[in-house]
Amino acid sequence: MLDLQGVSKHFGGVRAVDGLDLTVARGEILGLIGPNGSGKSTIVNLICGLFPLTSGRIIFDGTDMSDAPIHTRVTCGVARTFQNIRLFGQLTVWQNLWVAQNSGQQRSQNFVRRWFGGSRGAREEIERTLEFFDLAHKCDELAGNLAFGEQRRLEFARALSAKPTLLLLDEPAAGMNAEEIDQLDSRIRKMQQDGITVLLIEHHMELVMSVADRIAVLNFGQKIAEGTPAAVQAHPLVREAYLGTTATA
Amino acid sequence: MDFYLGLLQVIGVHTLLGLSAYCVLLTGQVSLAQAGFFAIGAYVAGIFTVLAHWPLVPALGASAVVTGAVACAVGFPALRVKGLMLVVATIAFGEAVRLFFFNFTYQVQTGTLHLGPHGAEGFRQIRYFPEHGWSTFDVMLFIWTVVAVVMAALWWLDSSRAGAVLRAVGEDELAAQSSGISVTAVKVSAMTIGGVIAGIGGGIFAHYTTHIEHTQFGVGLAAFAIAYPILGGLSNVFGTLLAVIFIQGFLIEGLRFMGDWRNLLFGGLIVLAMNIRPRGLLDAGAVQALKRLLFSNRERSGA
Repeated sequence: MLDLQGVSKHFGGVRAVDGLDLTVARGEILGLIGPNGSGKSTIVNLICGLFPLTSGRIIFDGTDMSDAPIHTRVTCGVARTFQNIRLFGQLTVWQNLWVAQNSGQQRSQNFVRRWFGGSRGAREEIERTLEFFDLAHKCDELAGNLAFGEQRRLEFARALSAKPTLLLLDEPAAGMNAEEIDQLDSRIRKMQQDGITVLLIEHHMELVMSVADRIAVLNFGQKIAEGTPAAVQAHPLVREAYLGTTATA
Repeated sequence: MDFYLGLLQVIGVHTLLGLSAYCVLLTGQVSLAQAGFFAIGAYVAGIFTVLAHWPLVPALGASAVVTGAVACAVGFPALRVKGLMLVVATIAFGEAVRLFFFNFTYQVQTGTLHLGPHGAEGFRQIRYFPEHGWSTFDVMLFIWTVVAVVMAALWWLDSSRAGAVLRAVGEDELAAQSSGISVTAVKVSAMTIGGVIAGIGGGIFAHYTTHIEHTQFGVGLAAFAIAYPILGGLSNVFGTLLAVIFIQGFLIEGLRFMGDWRNLLFGGLIVLAMNIRPRGLLDAGAVQALKRLLFSNRERSGA
């Protein structure tokens, strides 16, 4: 479904991502882990088109979208959340979803309905999404007034409102407590059941190991291991990257 | 009485000017080009009624179309720059327009009169209202009909998805793009709508003053245009109206007895107002409070 071919991104002399090959298969949950500064977030930003590639290609659903602008990639079916939450704080919770709702792959072809449709028709679907994220009671609240955990859920909900086929989650568990992480776990599984492919970037190992079908490990912009959670955990290079030196004792 | 009717005219026209800046400001862009659009609207509408003998409403339509097209064309390059650079670029555009009209002469002889724009002397004899027997009251009524229509249109736009998208772009461009919004298209559309409104406002301005010249459309007017929506708040269109009444009705006319000290106090009061209400006179909180007030009244009368 998503194919990164020899993707590199250099910032000046820093090789944030260096010749990365990565394939995400349709319907799977791929975990992407690695120490701080290993290039995980840069990869999400490259897939979303925040900055141009230094080299390589990004193929999505058979089409090369290496040079497509950010918003067209959403229209093609790629949606994301941000590591540092970026909501529309002065908009209400449901308006946040309304903005994203009619811009994804399944957007209305009718220009007038897409842009100037009233809130009534859109609202029912939005309320269903909000219920799934346990935010229905905050529907008319300003997004900026929500608590941190609620903001994370709202951002997740907004990404889902664009009806993506590929969802990129950039550290969705950061700052969450154990109970919230459990809920996140079950929500990600539910996404998968609904046919959405997920690329999950996460530091919280328990979550990644539990939910991901496959895991890719990055270090210094390069892929050092890839495989099932168990295989990756046993991989010597992974242990070295996380623990510093090869364990001898 | 005529004084108050005249004041109402000024407030109406400035409300249109403020609303044109409001549209652009919703997308987070501070544009000082609105005075330039206003000038284009004024000259175009004047040329159509005086030289082409069009009736007023089609002439205003023409000025709206021309100004909208200019705003759209300016929007593409101008909105590529952000923040202070956009302010500088739009000031440059406004001044370019003003200097164009400073040099623009296109006169037609009708009988003993020379009609049309005449460079630095300006464009005199835009006498559509007196020629057609409109009283001050008629003109005032016409202006406020236009204001009401524009405000209703913007209210409707605000409550549709487009309104939420405009605000979303103003809040966080990257998040809006990542939600599938083409930020360039949205910003240029907002600029175009703002241009159309400024064109209509300028056209009306030309006709009630009967005499326009380039000095009226300087940076001062541009600053007023952007001050209205900022002072009034961006919650809805009534904030801008409220700010125009506050500035034109209270600060400029109400403080006239203070003579030259007025201008000093004028600036001071705006600073004070912005300190007390940083999100504008009519911010989200005030809107909520008003709604609650109206809603509870209705409940009480229903019970």
